[in-house]
Amino acid sequence: MKKAIVFLEVRESRIKKSSLEALSTALTYKGNYFDEVHAAVFCDTPPDFSTLEGNIPDSIQVYKNIEFSLYTPQAFKKELATLKSDAVETVYFFSNTALGKDLAPRVAAALNCGLAMDLTEIKLENGNFTFTRPVFAGKALEDMQLETSDKVVTLRPNVFPVKTAGASGEIKLTTTEVSNPDLSIKTSSLKKAEGMLDVSEASIIVSGGRGLKGPENYHLIESLADALGGAVGASRAVVDAGWRPHREQVGQTGKTVSPSLYVAVGISGAIQHLAGMSTSKYIVAINKDKDAPIFQMADYGITGDALELLPIFTEEVKKIKG
Amino acid sequence: MKIAVCVNHVPDTATKIKVGPDGKKIDTIGVTYIVNPYDEYAIEEGLKLKEKISGTVYVIGLGGDSHKESLKKALAMGADEGILLKTDQDFDSVTVAKLLAEEIKSLGCEVVFTGKQSIDFDNSATGQMISEFLGFNCVSNVVSLTIENGSLEAEREIEGGREVVKTTFPAVITAQKGINEPRYASLKGIMAAKKKVITEKSVAQSTSKTKSLGLRLPAPKNPGRILGSDAEAIKELVKLLREEAKVI
Ligand SMILES: Cc1cc2nc3c(=O)[nH]c(=O)nc-3n(C[C@H](O)[C@H](O)[C@H](O)COP(=O)(O)OP(=O)(O)OC[C@H]3O[C@@H](n4cnc5c(N)ncnc54)[C@H](O)[C@@H]3O)c2cc1C
Ligand SMILES: Nc1ncnc2c1ncn2[C@@H]1O[C@H](COP(=O)(O)O)[C@@H](O)[C@H]1O
Repeated sequence: MKKAIVFLEVRESRIKKSSLEALSTALTYKGNYFDEVHAAVFCDTPPDFSTLEGNIPDSIQVYKNIEFSLYTPQAFKKELATLKSDAVETVYFFSNTALGKDLAPRVAAALNCGLAMDLTEIKLENGNFTFTRPVFAGKALEDMQLETSDKVVTLRPNVFPVKTAGASGEIKLTTTEVSNPDLSIKTSSLKKAEGMLDVSEASIIVSGGRGLKGPENYHLIESLADALGGAVGASRAVVDAGWRPHREQVGQTGKTVSPSLYVAVGISGAIQHLAGMSTSKYIVAINKDKDAPIFQMADYGITGDALELLPIFTEEVKKIKG
Repeated sequence: MKIAVCVNHVPDTATKIKVGPDGKKIDTIGVTYIVNPYDEYAIEEGLKLKEKISGTVYVIGLGGDSHKESLKKALAMGADEGILLKTDQDFDSVTVAKLLAEEIKSLGCEVVFTGKQSIDFDNSATGQMISEFLGFNCVSNVVSLTIENGSLEAEREIEGGREVVKTTFPAVITAQKGINEPRYASLKGIMAAKKKVITEKSVAQSTSKTKSLGLRLPAPKNPGRILGSDAEAIKELVKLLREEAKVI
């Protein structure tokens, strides 16, 4: 028997959209590869499962403990590893979030099986999965297979679609109260960054670079991001100068993002910056130098002064959204 | 305390990647290699811990002969001894972690620092797996670390904030930018490194858990449209984003 186990990440009682992407992807292979697709959730109080509509797995294992409102890696890993039970092949699906990146390798090591991180494509060919992952910060793609019968994979968020009319049916919950979970690594609290959406989760990002001239002009970026309902990003030059925090940095040594819209303002388009955002669906560049390399990546380019044009951009967006 | 730091040797970030003749590896002609940027934070954190509680810092690399250049740089920064697990084979990440873990165990290290990610194959996995193989605690993607009376408090970066994590030794910490400011190798450090030892050890051939089918370059992007440089161009842009791209 072949089965899939999808880890559903819960934050603030909601199942993350990126986990739904993973579940929906696993379910596409039910019948043509997997005999069963199960999901696992760790929580203090169960999340709202109605968001799974159209993507109902064969069962959902709910692991409950008061400590599970925060991430406890050892306990999560232990339960997940036992879920493989007697299947001849188990494929674990995670989303490549901060939590998924931490947990998936632990599970792979515990099972001593093949691991493929940060997939952007999956193909089923002649009864085998071929996985594709960006390497060298997206400058190349590697096609690979896992040769162990058990497998652990993580999927890049925002890449795989959530089907709305996939598997339907009743939700079958199996709840386990976990007693004495291993708390040798314990998350004691969460510190939320003040401000807006995180770049790694946003579907629209407005990033600023040195062309903004100084931190005092960054409010122009914030206003546009606000109007578009997006997140604020930054080039490394701006982060190194101390204008913006590192968590906003996009690029090879910052975050890799693939939003539906990426607006690069006053950013030259150095190879390390492009590496982090080249897979965005649409790219807009605003730069006063018409020869800036960023224009080679951009779908739409504006060659002008950002400080002058940003307020107009924001106003125009507000008009159509208003 | 014996402190291990895993140091990877990777193409410089400015490298334009070309696929090599075998279709499976990059063309390394003309490529400059550097210490994996996140491993510089790991080295710095190891050196800081040594300064605080005294001990020995071992830097460990798994790879070909040229990997020694990165180990030398770590020695010049202040690490005490280098170990190269020498191989020309491309191992999968689980096997790399297992081989590194075995070496760390035989050295008797109680704490391990790695980078959060290698910027070549971008796995972000090795540190967590080393901890699993050693039975150590592990906190990944750490941007701040405090060690007091044998207990560790780490802040790790997650989407939209940080998790504050408490744990104890023995432990693996994977370093993210922000955890410290890596020192530069001083001239004195570079001279001193010349006398430090890099021990080469061979690793057994092993069967890989993964099979690479090949590397390819992403499809090139079609050149976009320059819309202009004034308010009219912005109006046109917003219209296109709405009606053509349908993203706003
Ligand atoms: C190891 C390493 C890792 C790196 N990692 C990253 C990374 O993760 N992310 C990253 O971004 N970079 C990274 N870099 C740095 C990268 O090489 C560039 O230096 C950086 O991206 C440049 O930032 P910038 O585009 O803001 O600045 P610049 O290159 O200085 O570009 C500023 C741009 O603004 C334009 N401009 C100026 N005034 C205006 C105006 N009034 N209106 C409109 N446009 C204007 C200019 O024409 C210019 O194109 C890395 C470098 C190294 C060595
Ligand atoms: N071949 C290697 N030799 C030494 N350290 C490594 C090697 N591969 C990975 N590492 C360490 O593991 C970290 C995470 O790497 P990765 O999981 O490959 O992204 C790196 O920052 C290094 O500290």
